Amino acid sequence: MSEQHPFGAPVTFRIGGRPYEGTYGDSLLETLHRYGYEVPSLCHHEAVSAYGACRLCLVEVVDKRGRHKITTSCNFPVQAGIDVLLDTPDVVRHRRVVLELLLAMAPRSPELRALAAEHDVPGGRLEPDESAEDCILCGLCERVCREVVGANAIAMSARGTAKRMTTPYDAENPACIACGACVYVCPTRCIGLEEADGKRTILRWGRTLPLAVCQQTGRAFTPQFLLEHYAKKLGGLDEKVFRKAPPYR
Amino acid sequence: MRARLTSPQALEKLRAEIAGRRDPEKPVLSICAGTGCVAYGSLKLADAVREEVEKRGLGDKLEVRINGCHGFCERGPLVLCHPHGFFYQRVQPSDVGEILEQSILAGQPIERLQYVDPVTGARAVKQQDVGFYKHQMRVLLEYNGWIDPTSIEDYIAVGGYAALAKALSTMKPEEVLDAIYKSGLRGRGGGGFPAGVKWKECRNAPAPDGVRYIIANGDEGDPGAFMDRSLMEGNPHLVIEGMILGAYAIAHPGHPVGYIYVRNEYPLAVERLGLALEKARELGLLGEKILGTDFGFDIQINRGGGAFVCGESTALMASIEGFVGEPRAKHIHTVVQGLYNKPTNLNNVETWANVPLILTRGVDWFTSIGTGDVSKDPWGGSKGTKIFALVGKVNNTGLVEVPMGKTLREIIFDIGGGIRDGRQFKAVQTGGPSGGCLPASHLDMPVDFDRLTEAGSMMGSGGMIVMDDSTCMVDVARYFLHFLADESCGKCVTCREGLKHLCKIVDRICAGQGREGDLELLDEISLTVEKASLCALGQTAPNPLRSTMRYFRDEYVAHIRDHKCPAKVCKALITFGINDKCTGCMVCARNCPTGAITGERKKLHVIDQSKCIRCGVCQEVCKFDAVDVA
Ligand SMILES: Cc1cc2nc3c(=O)[nH]c(=O)nc-3n(C[C@H](O)[C@H](O)[C@H](O)COP(=O)(O)O)c2cc1C
Ligand code: FES
Repeated sequence: MSEQHPFGAPVTFRIGGRPYEGTYGDSLLETLHRYGYEVPSLCHHEAVSAYGACRLCLVEVVDKRGRHKITTSCNFPVQAGIDVLLDTPDVVRHRRVVLELLLAMAPRSPELRALAAEHDVPGGRLEPDESAEDCILCGLCERVCREVVGANAIAMSARGTAKRMTTPYDAENPACIACGACVYVCPTRCIGLEEADGKRTILRWGRTLPLAVCQQTGRAFTPQFLLEHYAKKLGGLDEKVFRKAPPYR
Repeated sequence: MRARLTSPQALEKLRAEIAGRRDPEKPVLSICAGTGCVAYGSLKLADAVREEVEKRGLGDKLEVRINGCHGFCERGPLVLCHPHGFFYQRVQPSDVGEILEQSILAGQPIERLQYVDPVTGARAVKQQDVGFYKHQMRVLLEYNGWIDPTSIEDYIAVGGYAALAKALSTMKPEEVLDAIYKSGLRGRGGGGFPAGVKWKECRNAPAPDGVRYIIANGDEGDPGAFMDRSLMEGNPHLVIEGMILGAYAIAHPGHPVGYIYVRNEYPLAVERLGLALEKARELGLLGEKILGTDFGFDIQINRGGGAFVCGESTALMASIEGFVGEPRAKHIHTVVQGLYNKPTNLNNVETWANVPLILTRGVDWFTSIGTGDVSKDPWGGSKGTKIFALVGKVNNTGLVEVPMGKTLREIIFDIGGGIRDGRQFKAVQTGGPSGGCLPASHLDMPVDFDRLTEAGSMMGSGGMIVMDDSTCMVDVARYFLHFLADESCGKCVTCREGLKHLCKIVDRICAGQGREGDLELLDEISLTVEKASLCALGQTAPNPLRSTMRYFRDEYVAHIRDHKCPAKVCKALITFGINDKCTGCMVCARNCPTGAITGERKKLHVIDQSKCIRCGVCQEVCKFDAVDVA
């Protein structure tokens, strides 16, 4: 069992045998990245909680008793005394299969194809998803929307192989402020945002909102509804915010 | 309403009072109202009994008790007549008069209703004479055929809550914990994790506000399993007493909070548990100041939505909190951070039911049953009994409780009465949908946690499905892979996508489109699903595939290389044909749903293969054995 340090306590652990300082409970993946180690990942972002869905960030952890196990690093808490091994034969083998599975979900995604090529993933063994929408169900959009934006506009529906990321009842959701955060974090860029005729549309969620126009430049800058949403949430916003894009306020 | 009991001694006094009121010689008619018997009409039977008793004015001559599952569901409705212990099976409402007359009033057995052993022809007078029961060791299920689960008095009369009284009056919480630790009791819900180790970790986990959650897992999502259901419906106080003892051992002094998570498809279990909790509260066995001590604890019932994955510990806790039942990584154990991020001890219903028995009968009694040596290490063996739901192609299906270490052969042949219709044994799947399929060469293997795991299967929660030689093992793997792909929460890629592709490949093999390299690909993907999935659903999901590939590899090869299904199950790989035993009776042609069979009266018929959908109706309806499958 993990020792009874309070979360946040400084601990020492090892990466590939070399000693490092860390913080008990921190995400191992984030810590590895901070020390400059490359570990691929698709469903993790520092701004949101770990989810562990994409299974790409695999590492091999040796515990204090010398037992080895394969685990994802994004949701693995840094703890005293462990040794973290990267790119062991088992890690490489399982990561390849994981990438092969991901690629079959999003066969057209340039990001995934590049990643698969980089990791020598064999092609053509799995039947690609015919109806692929390039969504790999990493859940980043939903976590950003709920944890950072606070809009709760999207969620996973159903379970198992029927699982999908969608809006309630697959309908346009008035809770969506079209901020575009989901579009930004999506690793396969499968959500899509379009701006035309003074309106912004989040393509995947079918949400269209008129844009506020900057009085300084005459250009549309952000959905009017978004500004109103935050004004309500924060108990009022400076008038300037409504009239001008950020650089001109 | 009865007054709360204010001391352990008061409980003993009540027990004596109940005993004093009861005449051990008074006849009791016990009617099984478990799931199987209800399906066979035991509720109608119970109505008929009540009616008949009233009509004959026998109200004070006997007691009629409606019980939980007696176990031998195959032969329901089941009836026991005490004090003689007569065992009757397949009892119909029309038999009631005779039973009351002959067996209750005159104390004579009724041969017609007795069980006759199909092999030896011997008649069974009592339950213990029946092969199905004779080879069992019914410890947890002992009182299922005796007590009325809605009566707390019945439970107290057979020694119920004595363990609690003993613990509260003579043992410190640590001593109770120590007893469970030393008993080597391992979790009956899946992984076989030693309960004592879990309890200790939970007790030692920091809990600033003293709250520790004590949960019973009654989700029981395995298809065909009804062990926990039968305990919850048949003897709910046993489970509750176990939980109260656990709360005392794990969280006293402090604030233990209890939940029983029951799947929504078990309304009777919910009702019986609810009633039992109410009665226990009335008597001061739950709530504040239990039995007048400073120990307090209460339990509430949480109904699950019926997803298999909600039986997984972290998904179950998410579900109680009101979130989607998705598991999370358990790198921080639930004993440290579980429900609402507080220390949480989750055990299976059957695990809890063992606790009172260990405390009343002693650690030595418990460790004398089972395999291995747990005196130094609770992982050192498998102690106590295990309940199995024995189903499939055996003669006697039902609920079976045996000591750990009984061999598969003893369970399937001595208790189960062997394979149905004189066919051959082919495989047994233990451990539910993600358990492995073991072949005949493993029949003499003792059944315990570690032997099953070594063999590529698992104990799971105790499902046991027996298959005969008409089963295609590739098809079996296909069936369970699809079940698990559907029941996966779908959160992580390896489980959701891995299972999806394993299904696709095996579907292809069963459809006669297997390719060279498929077996290697299946191996590769299933290994990653096992090693890299987030929760135990994915980590164990490849078991049915991997075990059948290990023990029945030649069947896979036959499908892939020769495009043959040796068991003649996979529809794409078989053809139906009519041989010269055909008399031209035209029955098959009339029943064929696609009109694929032609032929004149009294002349040999033929099947048009391009129209045949291989439904097998022709073979079923032919009286002359003239339809072959190749
Ligand atoms: C997919 C899945 C389903 C499970 N279903 C159940 C279940 O229905 N009942 C149960 O007691 N345990 C179930 N478990 C095991 C639990 O996660 C947990 O290990 C168990 O309830 C702990 O209690 P025990 O140690 O007394 O066995 C399941 C596990 C998984 C991975
Ligand atoms: S980044 Fe860890 S599982 Fe996706």
